[in-house]
Amino acid sequence: MDQPLIKIIDLKKDYVNDEVVTKVLHGISFTIAAAEFVAIMGPSGSGKSTLMHILGFLDVPTAGQFFFKGRDVSNLNDDELARIRNEEVGFVFQSFNLLPKTSVYDNVCLPLLYSDYSDHQSRVAAAIKAVGLEHRINNFSNQLSGGEKQRVAIARALVTNPGVIFADEPTGNLDSKSGHAIMEILEELNDRGHTIILVTHESDTARHAKRIIKMNDGLVCGDENVAQRRSAKDGDLIK
Amino acid sequence: MTLVDAIKLSFFVLRTNKVRSFLTGLGIIIGIAAVIIIISVGAGAQSLIINQFNSLGVNLVGILPGASDENGPPASVFGVIVTTLKPADALAIQKEVANVAAVSSYNTGRGAVVYGNNKVDVNFYGVMSDYIQVEDTEVMTGRFFTADEDRGVARVAVLGYRVWQDLFAGQNPVGQKIKIKKEFFEVIGVMKERGTSGFQNQDTIVLLPSITAQKIMLGVGHVNFIRVKANSGDNIDQVQNDVKLLLRDRHDIRTDEQDDFSVRNTKDAIVTLTAVTNALKFFLAAIAAISLIVGGVGVMNIMLASVNERIREIGLRKAVGARQKNILVQFILETIAITLSGGVIGIIFGAGFSALVALVARYLGYQWDLVVTPGSIIIGLGVAILVGLIFGLYPARSAAKLDPIFALRYE
Repeated sequence: MDQPLIKIIDLKKDYVNDEVVTKVLHGISFTIAAAEFVAIMGPSGSGKSTLMHILGFLDVPTAGQFFFKGRDVSNLNDDELARIRNEEVGFVFQSFNLLPKTSVYDNVCLPLLYSDYSDHQSRVAAAIKAVGLEHRINNFSNQLSGGEKQRVAIARALVTNPGVIFADEPTGNLDSKSGHAIMEILEELNDRGHTIILVTHESDTARHAKRIIKMNDGLVCGDENVAQRRSAKDGDLIK
Repeated sequence: MTLVDAIKLSFFVLRTNKVRSFLTGLGIIIGIAAVIIIISVGAGAQSLIINQFNSLGVNLVGILPGASDENGPPASVFGVIVTTLKPADALAIQKEVANVAAVSSYNTGRGAVVYGNNKVDVNFYGVMSDYIQVEDTEVMTGRFFTADEDRGVARVAVLGYRVWQDLFAGQNPVGQKIKIKKEFFEVIGVMKERGTSGFQNQDTIVLLPSITAQKIMLGVGHVNFIRVKANSGDNIDQVQNDVKLLLRDRHDIRTDEQDDFSVRNTKDAIVTLTAVTNALKFFLAAIAAISLIVGGVGVMNIMLASVNERIREIGLRKAVGARQKNILVQFILETIAITLSGGVIGIIFGAGFSALVALVARYLGYQWDLVVTPGSIIIGLGVAILVGLIFGLYPARSAAKLDPIFALRYE
């Protein structure tokens, strides 16, 4: 039987600031299989972003275990973590994080610069096509609307064809129409087999996912499949 | 990321912040330009000094009165009058030392020369009839005086080229009477134009027979210095030694006593001169190089600010898979891009300024070589890269070590 994609057991995270310890995650356990569309939902301060950063190899837990495709992550070194971030996961941030004064092409190409892939051009073209921004490929990032910026960010997350895409409040800085379009793209990616892990505090956005993990005060307080899933495609609920 | 990508990126970053990049690199531009200018102008000045020296004549042995040792040159160099060197010493050298081609003693004085209504202030030199051979020069009009005229205290004078022009306005001066310090002399010749050599304009002097200068003009029984020309460069050491022995003998110096004169030869002098001017040149270049360190610290400072400004970018790059090494190399290359560009501009500026100095010096009549060697250009570029490497390392390390989460959240 296949290993689950992500398995965490009693994960804890403390932040130490001027010798004051802040406990953010108090012991979290769950499993996520490949090709799931999971929303991690909770109010701000619930620890959902911290959890995503740990799952996305940007941060390390204070205690507990994290298995990625069956591998214990805790004994990976800096270079191995960088390689996983490059090849296995992609990030979409609330504030886009595009490079300024840089073209759409170069922004999307960025992860490829740190990879072993050599077919940059075709990969970038495919990723930009997947988010429908072919006409913007030579524009500078600062010439785009918010929705277009987030689509560039998604293309950048896609370009190395990672198994998992993390989206941290991807619609947070967008109007509802643009947000809708972004969710549509994420759904499509999930349909094509990418695992999507979405972090949000909006229940409307979360209901695009197939499964919602609810968090509060650093603990999981709910984990259920979505019965009435919203689909961005027809703008209504799936029966 | 390939090295080519990284280099392209570093120049891209440099171009996106043109003004800041320029100001950041200004210290390097000035530093490299200063080093190039000092080395180049130094080499030009060095060639000028050595040319001046060589134009006095080659294979010369010079004798100055007064002792000199490793503590310093003879006192006569500083204007102290030492009277130990006699006219007869020059004659004895002429007669007794082997392989001597020509000998002349020198007495110098200053006075006004008058012809008709024209008057010029000149340096007059009392020299011997071999002067022309000693200094490798020629008479342009008329003739030089003979040894007999010298012995006979003849009142004859040979004019420098400019003196002739100023006094006679191009007229034939031979046979005319001129007055120097109340004494009348018959002009018998004009020297050809020589320009400056030995840091004395040889065209503004008047040459008199040595005895005439000593007895009539100066009232002295000694000479200021003697120049001896060896018949070949190979014999110069032998001539120098023999002159030394002869003079010790003539001056009754016991074996345990010091010389009361100093003997130098042009060959050694040029070696010494080259060594001294080289030392000076490199000392000045070293001082200029300090400005490169100052410039480097300036670059480091701005790079640290730049790292701070781009923390989110660094965080993003790490989030999409950049390794510490990638970030380190990127920031070091960015620093090198700045210092190397600064180096190129500095070299162009320095070479241009050196060319200007050479142009001005030549315009003023000096024989000035423009020396910007490929070596100094390569060293300049190498130093610029090195400065970038050294002063880029610390900012680059601090960028590479950033925690990606801290960097991404940084506002």
